[in-house]
Amino acid sequence: MVNHTMSTPTTSSNTQKLIIVGNGMVGHHFAEQLVESGALAGFEVTIFGEERHRAYDRVHLSEYFSGRDAESLALCDGDYYHTHGIQLRSGEAVTAIDREQQLVVTEQGHYAYDQLVLATGSFPFVPPIPGNDSKGCLVYRTLDDLDAIQAAAKNATNGVVVGGGLLGLEAANALRGLNLDTAVVEFAPRLMPMQVDSEGGELLKEKIEALGVQVLTERATQRIEPGDNSRLRMVFQDDKVLETDLIVFSAGIRPQDTLARECGLTIGERGGVVIDDQCRTNVPNILAIGEVALWNQSIFGLVAPGYQMAKTAVATLTGGDICFSGADMSTKLKLLGVDVGSIGDAHGNQNPGARMFRYLDPLTQVYRKLVVTSDGKKLLGAMLVGDNSVYDTLLQYYANGIELPKEPASLILPQQSGAAPALGPDALPETAMICSCHNVTKGSICSAIDAGAADLGSVKGATKASTGCGGCAALLKSVVDHELEARGVEVDKSICEHFAHTRQGLYDIVRVEGIKTFSELMEKHGNAETHRLGCDICKPAVASILASCFNEPITDAAHVPLQDTNHTFMANMQKNATYSVGQRIAGGEITPDKLVVLGQVAQKYQLYTKIAGGQRIDLFGARLEDLPAIWGELIDAGFETGHAYGKSLRTVKSCVGSTWCRYGVQDSVGVAIQLENRYKGLRAPHKIKFGVSGCTRECAEAQSKDIGIIATENGWNLYVCGNGDMRPRHAELFATDLDDEQLYRPIDRFLMFYVRTADRLQRTSVWRENLEGGLDYPKEGILGRKPGYQR
Amino acid sequence: MTATVLKLTNRNDTWQPLCTRADLVPFSGVAAWLNTPEGPAQVALFYLPGHAQELYALDHFDPFSKAYVIARGIVGDIKGSPVVASPLYKQHFRLEDGQCLEEDEVQLRNWRVAFKGDEVWVEG
Repeated sequence: MVNHTMSTPTTSSNTQKLIIVGNGMVGHHFAEQLVESGALAGFEVTIFGEERHRAYDRVHLSEYFSGRDAESLALCDGDYYHTHGIQLRSGEAVTAIDREQQLVVTEQGHYAYDQLVLATGSFPFVPPIPGNDSKGCLVYRTLDDLDAIQAAAKNATNGVVVGGGLLGLEAANALRGLNLDTAVVEFAPRLMPMQVDSEGGELLKEKIEALGVQVLTERATQRIEPGDNSRLRMVFQDDKVLETDLIVFSAGIRPQDTLARECGLTIGERGGVVIDDQCRTNVPNILAIGEVALWNQSIFGLVAPGYQMAKTAVATLTGGDICFSGADMSTKLKLLGVDVGSIGDAHGNQNPGARMFRYLDPLTQVYRKLVVTSDGKKLLGAMLVGDNSVYDTLLQYYANGIELPKEPASLILPQQSGAAPALGPDALPETAMICSCHNVTKGSICSAIDAGAADLGSVKGATKASTGCGGCAALLKSVVDHELEARGVEVDKSICEHFAHTRQGLYDIVRVEGIKTFSELMEKHGNAETHRLGCDICKPAVASILASCFNEPITDAAHVPLQDTNHTFMANMQKNATYSVGQRIAGGEITPDKLVVLGQVAQKYQLYTKIAGGQRIDLFGARLEDLPAIWGELIDAGFETGHAYGKSLRTVKSCVGSTWCRYGVQDSVGVAIQLENRYKGLRAPHKIKFGVSGCTRECAEAQSKDIGIIATENGWNLYVCGNGDMRPRHAELFATDLDDEQLYRPIDRFLMFYVRTADRLQRTSVWRENLEGGLDYPKEGILGRKPGYQR
Repeated sequence: MTATVLKLTNRNDTWQPLCTRADLVPFSGVAAWLNTPEGPAQVALFYLPGHAQELYALDHFDPFSKAYVIARGIVGDIKGSPVVASPLYKQHFRLEDGQCLEEDEVQLRNWRVAFKGDEVWVEG
């Protein structure tokens, strides 16, 4: 816990009116930093957002097309601002700033400010091509833009993106996701001219063309006119033409500085509000942050520098002394599935005398380039295409000025050629930036650990590291593990004192050696020095593993003493030693006859009845000696246990689906029942919950389940690793548009992978957060590159 | 100094049969009624076949949850001592003397218990 110092009581007379113009990522971050600084009490804060949505994650915008909605992309809970007494006025564009009277003007009214923060961001640059305003010409920046693209794509078979930079390739990916034949048109001789050189660009082009996206470089569009076969026709400099149904301009961004310009703030030659190191404009009570701000002649089009400006601006307003001192523009991206990395002076044209190393593998299509000082001691920049695995290491050499190995080339050569090992966490200085989204250094991670954070999860919670783009997850884990070990916190992965193995280790042993009883496992792999009876940690865990692998009846004498009382009696012990009985009511569907039986049983044995969270009816207060009779009657009526006690499938929650609901597009109940019957009894590291929704209204709350299935017009979208418990987590999209048949296979495989590799009592959500390589790892194995599962 | 009333009893008289070996669950517990001078008690019997001491008898009452549940806990050993974990809040009690491992001042009542042939006898 952080110690909170008492904030000075403020009266309304000394609170300042603070207005934030812009509710994008940086504007939101500013508000968040202000809240966290504890200085909120000194301000009466109003935020104006031009868009109707509250701040959302623009970095992951393209996921909107693969099933995420505005709510799941939102950067905070719906009541966040309200809770903190901040007024958010979404959908209310600021039309003017009156500096004289210190007023912000919108169509709805005038608002006074004492301090003003401009976080208006940028707008997409649309090249001045005649016809660029034709119907079907769109941009890619906001959720509304995406809606427009989606609407236009409905009647389209193909689409062109103008601009082959980072955003252009993102947009191309989005068009591809909408099932359009896609082409990218770039004015420069190569893709991503800012990040890669001609060799890298060539490789990138090959890789992207291999994905079915056409790439046209050195193409300047002269005009856009109505097409013969498609809606539009693009005419190029050599009178070549390209017909297409829609065009997305993604040729860079320009600072949204109109308001600032009109109220007379100092603007850079090529746009942008000029700011100093404190993020102040030339007017002391107006600050600017993010993509609208011009610092030292530079606009920073990445989120991390924007966040740093936000932090700086908060300090400026609250008397802190943080300076914005520029930002490292190194980036690591995965565009259309292709890794691209760029560090520092990647082109080697900012440092006279720089020397370069290049490695090109045309077979695996990997290109790496190092830019080093003339003495070969320091890394000035690097460029990666096709494989970002060495990015983290190179970035640390670059950012911390670590001396390069004697043969710098070893850093980019394949492993068998004697490449230098990755830079271990040990070699990083305290100042090494681990998470640039949240500005977390190795030093702050160490402080968090010294303050009591004893595992990866707590470090993340305390520092926010790796909760932004997540690109640093692997690095963070290695730093945390290393630091814990260095402090003598033995990162002991033993499940308990009886076995020096993790759950996964025990699982593998059981499976490989075909061990079928706890005693045999103890005999062969237990810790000899202990008494060898096991304990309440390892016994249920091993019972679960044995059940997962061999599924023998748990009533077998060898298995009985391993189980919790709940398993033994197929009911949940309650605090007064009575039990609750939960039956399986697959998909929440139950007949009137069965309802009658439940009522009769409850009356007869004087049981309290409650509709439980999982769409079934629990009977509470059953005495142990009555359980056999209760189960006898229930089984006669066709019931079976609902495993309400099991580390196994609990329930598959479903909405009523297309059979009854006017919005339903698929039979959610039918699928829920099939799924529940398919996976019931599957023993797992922890409980598993499913949800199936029959349309995007998501009434079954599938995105808060371990496995969530949401109907689309074309089939089902599959989500995984959600959680609704103590620490809610949205499930992530795993595969799209599966038909009923295709649904089972990825779930089968996903559950197998989870059952085999998760820790004891680790829900899929936590398991996923600890999964190295993130969800891509199981995705590759489970979905492969087979068409049909995921585009 | 208060006087102590000495009462001569026959040791064997207080032993009473409770159940048979077949009623026990190996490496687990069962609950049984026991008549004691203080009145009837619920006893949790634990059976560890093949171990130096095969039988243990603890109070079935769990002082943490105030419910009769001890016999339904999972049996194990911690640092070499056989224990049972309460099924409700998971505290561990040593089988040989009922001592709680998490709270020093908590100890369960316990009785001497032995097989006579296939019968289970407890000193009540």
